[in-house]
Amino acid sequence: MSLEIKDDEIDIVIGAVSSDMTSFLNEWRPIFSRFHLIIVKDPDLKEELKIPEGFNLDVYTKSDIDRVVGSSTSILFSGYSCRYFGYLVSLKKYIISVDNDCLPARDNKGFLVDAVAQHITNLTTPATPFFFNTLYDPFSEGADFVRGYPFSLRSGVKCALSCGLWLNLADHDAPTQALKTRQRNSRYVDAVITVPARALAPISGINIAFDREVVGPALVPALRLAGEGKFRWETMEDIWSGMCVKVVCDHLGLGVKSGLPYVWRTDRGDAISSLKKEWEGVKLMEEVVPFFQSVRLPRTATTAEDCVVEVAKAVKEQLGSTDPVFARAAGAMLDWVKLWKSVGSSSSPPGV
Amino acid sequence: MAEPATATQAAAPAVPQLKDELDIVIPTIRNLDFLEMWRPFFEPYHLIIVQDGDPSKIIKVPDGFDYELYNRNDINRILGPKASCISFKDSACRCFGYMVSKKKYIYTIDDDCFVAKDPSGKAINALEQHIKNLLSPSTPFFFNTLYDPFREGADFVRGYPFSLREGVPTAVSHGLWLNIPDYDAPTQLVKPLERNTRYVDAVLTIPKGTLFPMCGMNLAFDRELIGPAMYFGLMGDGQPIGRYDDMWAGWCVKVICDHLGLGVKTGLPYIYHSKASNPFVNLRKEYKGIFWQEEIIPFFQQSVLPKDCTTVQKCYIELAKQVKEKLSKVDPYFDKLADAMVTWIEAWDELNPAGASLANGKAA
Repeated sequence: MSLEIKDDEIDIVIGAVSSDMTSFLNEWRPIFSRFHLIIVKDPDLKEELKIPEGFNLDVYTKSDIDRVVGSSTSILFSGYSCRYFGYLVSLKKYIISVDNDCLPARDNKGFLVDAVAQHITNLTTPATPFFFNTLYDPFSEGADFVRGYPFSLRSGVKCALSCGLWLNLADHDAPTQALKTRQRNSRYVDAVITVPARALAPISGINIAFDREVVGPALVPALRLAGEGKFRWETMEDIWSGMCVKVVCDHLGLGVKSGLPYVWRTDRGDAISSLKKEWEGVKLMEEVVPFFQSVRLPRTATTAEDCVVEVAKAVKEQLGSTDPVFARAAGAMLDWVKLWKSVGSSSSPPGV
Repeated sequence: MAEPATATQAAAPAVPQLKDELDIVIPTIRNLDFLEMWRPFFEPYHLIIVQDGDPSKIIKVPDGFDYELYNRNDINRILGPKASCISFKDSACRCFGYMVSKKKYIYTIDDDCFVAKDPSGKAINALEQHIKNLLSPSTPFFFNTLYDPFREGADFVRGYPFSLREGVPTAVSHGLWLNIPDYDAPTQLVKPLERNTRYVDAVLTIPKGTLFPMCGMNLAFDRELIGPAMYFGLMGDGQPIGRYDDMWAGWCVKVICDHLGLGVKTGLPYIYHSKASNPFVNLRKEYKGIFWQEEIIPFFQQSVLPKDCTTVQKCYIELAKQVKEKLSKVDPYFDKLADAMVTWIEAWDELNPAGASLANGKAA
């Protein structure tokens, strides 16, 4: 029942927030080597990137970013947000993106998880946001809709976003990881589920895939913390972006899945130092969540771009005066949509 | 290939939790042999057996279990004219057991459900997991991508607001099934050989505003929090529909839980479901339901309970009103059902007067 996807419809976008990509790319080689890669170097990174041979890839650095978007707008793409530049310039329909401190995981049987294949399966089988299936993804092998699931809802909707999970260092915030310094995620939950309509979730950017044509503009590099740093504990950009995408998907009748695939996230950084330095993000979520839960988009917003513009308006009106970071986010969202319209193109058919 | 655990592998916990606060309700029409397998896990608890079908048949309960047993004659005697709300010749009659229980928690299980094994081969104490689920909070207002944050080895993910981390009380714990999955008749007909062999090691809260199909095969709930909403409807003999008892209860329960700020969890524990019912018989029972659910689901999705419905009973009476108003036009059955819903609440309140706490009943 899944759509056919060819390898050349996929781009793998990696934000290089650290320079040595050798072990990362070599570990992913069995899975990545078939695909075209876009590596975007964090403009703040001074060292040269170390990239091993044998990949079909394009590397974008600060000078490319400045050239394409202008140096005043390039601020959007520093730090972890550098990956969004990759989303912008990609010519493909599907994007898969993982943080460069994540390696392939092994499943319960010890087999290497092909995260790309799983993400593609998630994106090419329908999502079921309007009614919860207790046996999880009804389109996975050996599963189906359970008794009591309305038949009219069984064809599902298009899945626009697939959010994977993490073994070892899970994506906890700094206070949680600081409190449980030794806690590591060893539970492999063999399920993919559709996040129900109108339910919001913190959608981590560490391991995601999406249909660029349909929701690309809704993944916004907008919320930059004042003290944003080079560890995930010191960012909230992906969480903001994820909420935005979910609201847009709910409005446009698209689906978001969460669960498999897992990646193995290597130990990096120290939660306690991050906590001492930065916990603004944790505080901001108290405003962010009620905002996104209440935002309503007009019927006239029928594309992802339209939706983002509406959300940006609402952010400015409702949150702009709470904290300058929100006013800046609203501005960034509008800049992003403008960029998307001028620079971003739809995918070209293979061979063109 | 999923297999049930054997009785000798089952290792009971040293201290059975909530043993004086939880009743196990089992509807049966055949026999209770399956209890032998569950003995290490169930023996410390009080059982309420609701015998469906011919009341003159004697159902033998294995020795050593403390139980009360009710057949149709008992139900008629205890409820009088209100007995009309309890289904006849359908496992929906089990909700009578919820009504007569004097405990805070209920676990209900079908008599063709055995002890399952986890991936390491260990026997699963389903009751213990349900109790864990019920005694830890739910998180319906924001979805945690790492599933139940209160489980060992898990927690809330980055971005989860701290103000929502206390959670809300859990009213329902919905378990799953290995081997024969809970499919409807059409699916069973198309996939007669499909077996559920995937052990998904997760418990999760179903978000507020989201409905789900609640299966009564392996279900636990807090009777004090949500009991009156667990009415399993009018099914079986003399009714146009069957196999929608637990579904109906689940939709009512979820709407009310969402309104009252209570949580519903689904996932672990698994039991091993051994018997596949006849799909042709099932099709005849479900047939109308398959069409009706297309109207029923939007009805529940759009149902709004007024602010002054602050108790489960008030919510339920209000729902019954809405069923009569909006669903009667689908079929006169819903008119009858709405009346039965009211009768159920009246019977519940009669048998459970506010403030009284009594010892286990005895079916005299």
